[in-house]
Amino acid sequence: MSDAPPAIDGTIRPRVGAGFRLQYEPVQESYVLLYPEGMVQLNQSAGEIMKRCDGERSLQDIVRDLETTFNAPGLTDDVHAFVEIAHRQRWLQWD
Amino acid sequence: MGLTAATATQAAARPGPPLWLLAELTYRCPLHCVFCYNPLDFAKQTDELGTDDWLRVLREARALGAVQLGLSGGEPLLRDDLEAIVAEAHRLGYYSNLITSGVGLTDARAAALKAAGLDHVQLSFQDSTREVNDFLSHTKTFELKQRVARSIKAQGWPMVMNVVIHRLNIDHVDRIIGMAAELGAEYLELANTQYYSWAYVNRDQLMPTREQLQQAEAITDRWRARLGSSMRLLFVAPDYHEGKAKRCVNGWGQTMMVVAPDGTALPCHTARMLPGLAFPNLRAHSVRDVWLHSEGFNRYRGTSWMKEPCASCDQREVDLGGCRCQAYLIANDPTVADPVCHKSPHHAEVIAAVERAQAGVREQPIVFRDRAASLRATSENAAPTIAR
Repeated sequence: MSDAPPAIDGTIRPRVGAGFRLQYEPVQESYVLLYPEGMVQLNQSAGEIMKRCDGERSLQDIVRDLETTFNAPGLTDDVHAFVEIAHRQRWLQWD
Repeated sequence: MGLTAATATQAAARPGPPLWLLAELTYRCPLHCVFCYNPLDFAKQTDELGTDDWLRVLREARALGAVQLGLSGGEPLLRDDLEAIVAEAHRLGYYSNLITSGVGLTDARAAALKAAGLDHVQLSFQDSTREVNDFLSHTKTFELKQRVARSIKAQGWPMVMNVVIHRLNIDHVDRIIGMAAELGAEYLELANTQYYSWAYVNRDQLMPTREQLQQAEAITDRWRARLGSSMRLLFVAPDYHEGKAKRCVNGWGQTMMVVAPDGTALPCHTARMLPGLAFPNLRAHSVRDVWLHSEGFNRYRGTSWMKEPCASCDQREVDLGGCRCQAYLIANDPTVADPVCHKSPHHAEVIAAVERAQAGVREQPIVFRDRAASLRATSENAAPTIAR
C-alpha cells in the first residue's frame, strides 16, 4: 500500500479498508471501526459517510445521497476532505 | 494499541461500557515464560468456568457494550470449547482476538476457528533466535511458531506479533523486527516487560540497561522509516526507566473487564493480588452488577480515592495515579502513587532497581513459570515479597 496522497475525485468507489470492520454500536449510539485489539468511534457524519462506502457506489453518488438524505447541498468538499483523512488512516481504500 | 475513542475522564459514578472483555480461559499453558503475568499461585487455581458460563458472560457483557473480546490464558487453545466460544462471540458481534503462543494451532484447528468467525490472532514470540525463544519459554517451540505464523497468514487473518522485551532479548530487536516483517505481520508489539507476577520475581534478570533501551528504540525508529505503512511497530515504553506513571489498562474500571479462569471479574490482569478488595465471581453475579456496583471495580475508579502527591497533581486525569498493583508490589500500599512516578515518595526503590540493572546485579536465579515453582512460591510467603 502506498503512502502517497491518493487522487480523490467523484469516480472512485471507496470501501472499508482491509483489516477494519465497520459496525453500529447501539450502546455507544455510533458507528465504530474495529481492528485487532482496537476501536475507533466515529462521529455521526463520519459514520454516515463510511456506511455508504461499499466499494460499489461512486463517491459522487455517495455525496448526492448524503445531500438528499440530510437536505444539505454543497457537501462535496467536506466529504472529500474526510475521505482523504480516512484513506491516510487506512479506514478507506479503493482501486 | 487501544480503544482510542474511550473518553479520558468518565465520572466514577457513571462508568462507560466495558468495551474490552478479556477472557482468560485457562491458566494451563505449555510454556513456562519467565515474564508471565499470570498469578504466582496459578497452580492452586485449577477451577475453570464451563462453556455455558462463558457463553453467558459473553452475552451479558455484549449487552452492556463490550465489543472487543480477547481470548487469552494461559494458552486458550487448551480449551476444547474454544470454537464454540468464538462462534458465539461472532454471532453476538464481537471483534474476537485470539492471544496465543501458537502451541496447538494446527492447520485444522486454524480452519475451524476461521469458520467459527475468529477475527484476528496475536502470536507471541519470545525471541528471534531458537536458542533464546526456547530458553525463555522453557520449551522447544521456535520452528512451531514460524509454521503457525504462516498458517495465520494462510487463513487471511491480520497478524499481530507480540514480543515481550527485556535484558535477555533486547539486543536482538533488529532481528526480531526483521523476522516479523519476513513473516508478514501487520503489527509488531515490542512490549517492554512490565514487572508483575513472574516478571517481578525475575526483575533483576529481566531489566535492561538504559543504553540497551536507547539502542533498541533507535533501531525500532530506523525500521519504522524503512517499513512505512506495511507493518506497524509499537514500542511499549518501560515505565521504570521513564519516571512517569502510565494509565493502567486505560484506567481502573474504565474500559476493561478481565475474567479469570474461575470466573472472578477483575479490572486488570493482576488486580487479584491487591489486599482488602472483594472481586465477585460471575458464576454468582451478572456482568452488569459487577461492572456497575461491585466494590472491587468502584474502589479506584476516577480520582476521588487519591492521596498526595496524586490528589493535587496536574497529571492526575492523565495517568490516574498509575498502576495500583505496582504501588502494592513496591510500596506495599495500593492506595499510594505508582512508585515509577518521580513524585512518589517510594520512587527511590524504582531508581535502585534501575541502578542494579546498570550494574548487572542479579542475585536471584531465574525462575520459570511452572507448577512446581508456583506451589513453592506461594507456600513460602505472601506473593509480593518473594523477590525483595
